[in-house]
Amino acid sequence: MKFVDEFRAPELITRAAQEIRRLADPRRTYRMMEICGGHTYAIYRFGLRDLLPPNIELIHGPGCPVCVLPMGRIDDGLSLTLRPDVIFTAFGDMMRVPGTKGSPLEYKARGADVRIVYSPADALKLAIANPERQVVFFAIGFETTAPSTALTLMRARAAGVGNFFVFCNHVTIIPALHAILDSPGLQLDAFIGPGHVSTVIGCRPYEWIAAQARKPIVISGFEPLDLLESVAMVLRQLKAGRAEVENQYKRAVPWDGNRAALKAMGDVFATRPDFEWRGLGWIPQSALCLRESYATFDAERHFRMPGIRAADPPAAQCGEVLKGMLQPAQCRLFGRECTPEQPVGALMVSSEGSCAAVYNHEHHRAALDAG
Amino acid sequence: MCLAIPGRIVEISPEPWGLAMVEVSGVRRKIDIGLLQDDPPQVGDWVLIHVGFALNKISEKDAAEQMRVLEMLGENEAAIEEVSGYGSGESAEP
Repeated sequence: MKFVDEFRAPELITRAAQEIRRLADPRRTYRMMEICGGHTYAIYRFGLRDLLPPNIELIHGPGCPVCVLPMGRIDDGLSLTLRPDVIFTAFGDMMRVPGTKGSPLEYKARGADVRIVYSPADALKLAIANPERQVVFFAIGFETTAPSTALTLMRARAAGVGNFFVFCNHVTIIPALHAILDSPGLQLDAFIGPGHVSTVIGCRPYEWIAAQARKPIVISGFEPLDLLESVAMVLRQLKAGRAEVENQYKRAVPWDGNRAALKAMGDVFATRPDFEWRGLGWIPQSALCLRESYATFDAERHFRMPGIRAADPPAAQCGEVLKGMLQPAQCRLFGRECTPEQPVGALMVSSEGSCAAVYNHEHHRAALDAG
Repeated sequence: MCLAIPGRIVEISPEPWGLAMVEVSGVRRKIDIGLLQDDPPQVGDWVLIHVGFALNKISEKDAAEQMRVLEMLGENEAAIEEVSGYGSGESAEP
């Protein structure tokens, strides 16, 4: 419980943890999936599992955009760097993610023009500043990020920029939850819903989970107290036999989401018939592509993309971890062949990937114990 | 990636592009406020920023709490590095 002292309101944390123990029936187990990778990171970094009774198991969900991207898509994007006229841009999170022939950073070390941007707007700026080059933005992210790409494309069209291209890998969370609920052998009692995705999409899209799958879902903030309150809200629903959408993160999540952001997404993006997710396979209508009206900005239409399909290293068990069927440390490669320094799978690359979160937490704890 | 950064609007840009100057822990950068066009922020308002775009308005108290969460997560330096990088289109190695 070392972490508790750091918290802003330790007495409230202790009280929330007591409330959870009071609500949890010791005769049964509870399996809750936190959908968002930011939550996974926060849960480990705050040591929240130590505050929960052992019969509450937190399953880490698919909400880490770099983790769910198939290696073939990374290879496809990086294939463009072989063209001398291309400037390839991506978020810093992508830079160490391995493709079959190396990560973006390794391509850069070999001489490719690969650049980090912190915003899609900056990729557009690069295009405007370098009219003789073709600037490709490798777009990833859920609905938190997709509106920013959409607005950037609207700006690009309004400004008549002809050398800016988006390689669109935006995915949407609801179809992934469908796929998870449909996967055989997975027992889940409830969901902790994502915070900032819900800032955009609101709470309504989750209503089917409650109604059809009969699972409670509580949209949660990122503070320790937020997450503990959300667990308690789930337990109250289960205890009362309710399955509803509840919003714990009201201070950032309006029930209807951000309509301007949703409109920008709708104006620019269409839904792909299906898309491959790492570990989860092909999921219908789970990803976005550029609409016909934005075709001239679409990297997949402008360039000849190889359409690479690359299998994950067979020993890696990323898929089972992503579906919550294995805990990260149960993977054959965890902490041995696969570490944050030498990642084999993407779950070990991003700080929001569950493997990296567990690995870093265990090392942090070992250092505390040794000290 | 989904840990948004709190910032205070210090100036609304005059051009019709929906840009604003924000301040995050003393660092001032231009961000895009186009996603808030239904309820545009004013100078002095606090917003949550993600990849250079304001996602929503929040209260000053919630902004302070969000910054504290980032500090507790050890992500505050990365957040300020991100904000410092806005507008550059080019940056140092990770």
